[in-house]
Amino acid sequence: MSHEWPLWEIFIRSQHGLAHKHVGSLHAPDAEMAVKNARDVYTRRNEGVSIWVVRSADIVASSPGKKEPMFEPASSKVYRHPTFFPMPDEVNHI
Amino acid sequence: MASDQQLLDYVLRLADSDLILAQRLGEWVGHGPVLEEDIALTNVGLDLLGQARLWFAYAGEVEGRQVGSSGAGRSEDEFAYMREGGGFRNLLLAEQPNGNYADTTARQFYFDVWHELLLRNLAVSRDRRIAEIAAKALKEVMYHAERSADWVIRLGDGTELSHTRMQSGIDDLWMYTGEMFAADDTDLALAAEGVAADVGALLPAWRDRVAAVLDLATLTMPSAAWMQRGGKQGVHSEHLGHLLAEMQSLQRAHPGAQW
Repeated sequence: MSHEWPLWEIFIRSQHGLAHKHVGSLHAPDAEMAVKNARDVYTRRNEGVSIWVVRSADIVASSPGKKEPMFEPASSKVYRHPTFFPMPDEVNHI
Repeated sequence: MASDQQLLDYVLRLADSDLILAQRLGEWVGHGPVLEEDIALTNVGLDLLGQARLWFAYAGEVEGRQVGSSGAGRSEDEFAYMREGGGFRNLLLAEQPNGNYADTTARQFYFDVWHELLLRNLAVSRDRRIAEIAAKALKEVMYHAERSADWVIRLGDGTELSHTRMQSGIDDLWMYTGEMFAADDTDLALAAEGVAADVGALLPAWRDRVAAVLDLATLTMPSAAWMQRGGKQGVHSEHLGHLLAEMQSLQRAHPGAQW
């Protein structure tokens, strides 16, 4: 029967102030049950304060086959990273 | 004036319905229709088991302060594993077999709606321990009630087959619902003191909620008036003995065993 249910991607926000993070996927007959199932599958140990569910079929992804044209040009452009500035010692968290 | 014995009986009724239903739900482990449901239903069972433990612990305290007692009541394990069937005070509904998933859903739905209404009342009990345990349990049970109603609606308003099965489950278990609202001397004595809930008064709200969900589920609300009863007094259906045989076998063979 499970193959008749759509697949849902689950996003959990672990605490206030942090963004929702993808934690996995599950099957459910509709969005409401997907939220409930996600609660039972992914938040049993106090992992979250908020759940998003999205139909897997609705996610548009970049193609793994286009990895090189998509991402490789960035790797040669070190000047895009802010690593060329001397930082004062007092500044810790950058 | 309600006696300590009546309070003990009352707390054991709460504990036993939770424990026996938890055991029934545990039977689904590894047999759920889909993985997600297997986990979700087991969660509900574990919630109920946790609640049963709190009630048993309190029952032990009540027993320990009874006149003529040695000061120590029975432990949670002694209550759960060392009593015979006639000593159990659970609702007959809780011990009914799982049947198919629609039967289990119907049983859970009837129970959850009642359980939520009951705990809302007990959360303001004049017995502080009862009020505390009820308030804690209520948060879990509100979710249970929402979840089981969701499934009644989806199965009832689903396919022809799921509709037929859901209606059968709703019909077959109907005769076990009357007991939830039938007060006996113990209920009345404790309710009069504001310790227990007035269960009879919960019926209109229960019927309204059940009717609303069945309506959404395109199911027909049963109307039969005759109801089974006896569980709260220790008179059970034949199903309880089989359930206890499995649940208690390890402690009976190895009393006091722990892991």
